[in-house]
Amino acid sequence: MSSSEGAPESWISSFCSLMGHEFFAEVSEDFIEDDFNLTGLQSQVPMYKEALEMILDVEPEEDEEEEEEEEEEDEDEVLGDERPIGYRRAGDRRHARVASDLSVIESSAELLYGLIHQRYITSRPGIQQMLEKYEMQHFGVCPRVNCGGCKVLPVGRSDTPGQETVKLFCPSCMDIYTPPNSRFHSVDGAFFGTTFGCLFFMTFPDLSVGPRLDGALTAAALANRSPPPQMPNEPPTPDEQPLEINGMHASNFCPGLGRGKIYDPRIYGFKVSEVSRVGPRMKWLRMKPRDIYEVDEARNHEFNTVYREEEAREHEAREREADKDGDTEMNAEQSQEAVIANRKKAPMRRRRPTPGQAAAPSDQMSVQSAEIG
Amino acid sequence: MVNMMEDFNSETDSDYTSYWRDWFVSSRGNEYFCEIDEDYLTDRFNLTGLNTEVPYYQYALDLVTDVFDLDADDDLREQIEKSARHLYGLVHARYIVTTRGLAKMLDKYKKCDFGKCPRVLCDGHPLLPMGQSDLPNMSTVKLYCPKCEDIYNPKSSRHASIDGAYFGTSFHSILFQVYPALNPEKSMRRYEPRIYGFKVHAAAALARWQDGCREELQDRLVEYGMSHKFVEESDSEEDAYEYGEENEPAKTEKVAGDAASGRMDIAN
Repeated sequence: MSSSEGAPESWISSFCSLMGHEFFAEVSEDFIEDDFNLTGLQSQVPMYKEALEMILDVEPEEDEEEEEEEEEEDEDEVLGDERPIGYRRAGDRRHARVASDLSVIESSAELLYGLIHQRYITSRPGIQQMLEKYEMQHFGVCPRVNCGGCKVLPVGRSDTPGQETVKLFCPSCMDIYTPPNSRFHSVDGAFFGTTFGCLFFMTFPDLSVGPRLDGALTAAALANRSPPPQMPNEPPTPDEQPLEINGMHASNFCPGLGRGKIYDPRIYGFKVSEVSRVGPRMKWLRMKPRDIYEVDEARNHEFNTVYREEEAREHEAREREADKDGDTEMNAEQSQEAVIANRKKAPMRRRRPTPGQAAAPSDQMSVQSAEIG
Repeated sequence: MVNMMEDFNSETDSDYTSYWRDWFVSSRGNEYFCEIDEDYLTDRFNLTGLNTEVPYYQYALDLVTDVFDLDADDDLREQIEKSARHLYGLVHARYIVTTRGLAKMLDKYKKCDFGKCPRVLCDGHPLLPMGQSDLPNMSTVKLYCPKCEDIYNPKSSRHASIDGAYFGTSFHSILFQVYPALNPEKSMRRYEPRIYGFKVHAAAALARWQDGCREELQDRLVEYGMSHKFVEESDSEEDAYEYGEENEPAKTEKVAGDAASGRMDIAN
């Protein structure tokens, strides 16, 4: 059943060495032979059995006859010990088929292999195999100048086959790009899947995704590495930065984004103002906070809560003082309620005042300053 | 480079005095260049300062303007040829910001002669060539995408060796200042990394922060009395789709700053 049976090259390795299939990892036969890994694929792939046979290079045997009906029954759940029989049966059928069927099976086999591949590369051995390919830069580098030639990974935008072709995910700018070589423009993105890209970098969090320091890019990369000089109107770079942010090493958290990595259009050396009708409008897409804590939402939320509670207490005290002569009790209670309601309404919202907050301007101010600090 | 030289020599040995610029812009690897008018090249004012920049300046200029008739040996001719290309490039940077030059480059832009943006969410928007420096020998040519306003490396290695100064830092900005109607609508679609359908927290948190920056930008623009709409905010149906299997409209999710999307973020 294995490729060592006689054929010099298995279907899998010949498939992976085809032009345009350079991104594929060779799925191990153990993985394919485990039926659990194939759950649900039967309904997605026409001529599933024949395709599976082709992938596994199973030679049809001719000396066994079985009825068709039984075959149909077995088709849905082929268990480990029944498999050899199933294969032989299907093999008989193949002999009866005309040659044009072969091309149908071939394309079915490619589809099936792709779908198995999508699952395989998120498994432990598969992702390891992709790591080797990644480190050898089999998938190319990010075309974006400010990513400094960061290595990219093949990903899909959909897990359903036939929707979109394979794209390249750059961990340095968290964006996806079309492969430069047109030979990849016919490879289905679903064969890599939506999950793989991020799962890969979460599996290998120590993988450095900063600008590369080899080859022709050295000078540019070095120039990019040193942070741009401090501008007089900028806030100072915060000293204390976490080593980890949101489950990633801070050094690997989008090194291609943020200050110095955003393209700044200039005309004769002067920046194009954003007030210009055709001024820059897309810088946000490549921004990253200088104080990385700004994206630590849990921490900010805690901060805000503490801040707001203080603010609420102050507010309450002020109200009491102001209304000393009037109906104090009622007002104080109402305002406190309003503050609590505000907090509930917009726990993490920034900058956009909600109607409730607009009623209490002092509270709104404190929210903003807390977010920034 | 070597190939280019050989091409040139084989062609010019027989007939090197005719249509140097024609040959230059149509030869492989020079697809980004447009042809400079004879009038522009012969006006010395346009060449101010270039004589110190280019060796064999006069010969090179003669070659470019098809009046070269020096009996030079191969080595010298090669030198002059190199200078001519350098000179052409430097004049090119000046020419393409003139009215006629802009119009020529605009034609090339519309024909996608400079390639398409590799960023998936730009949907293959045409690019424009640019340099990161106006001084020669600093960096190679890059490609500017007016849709995402970022710069990319050319995908072909034959373009990767062209000097960026031959296009200059200002050209693409000037083009859209002159033809503001051609400035593409900006999109706020973005790639959202997901794992088994769940957004990844690090990326999602950054995206929310960036969305905040974008809203600040819009608020600032409103203050200046000019509102800016991104494609998804107008009513065009087709663009109102966000990437994702659910195909939910981007509008609701994006405007709400992603906080209201109700989906969980994954952290590890």
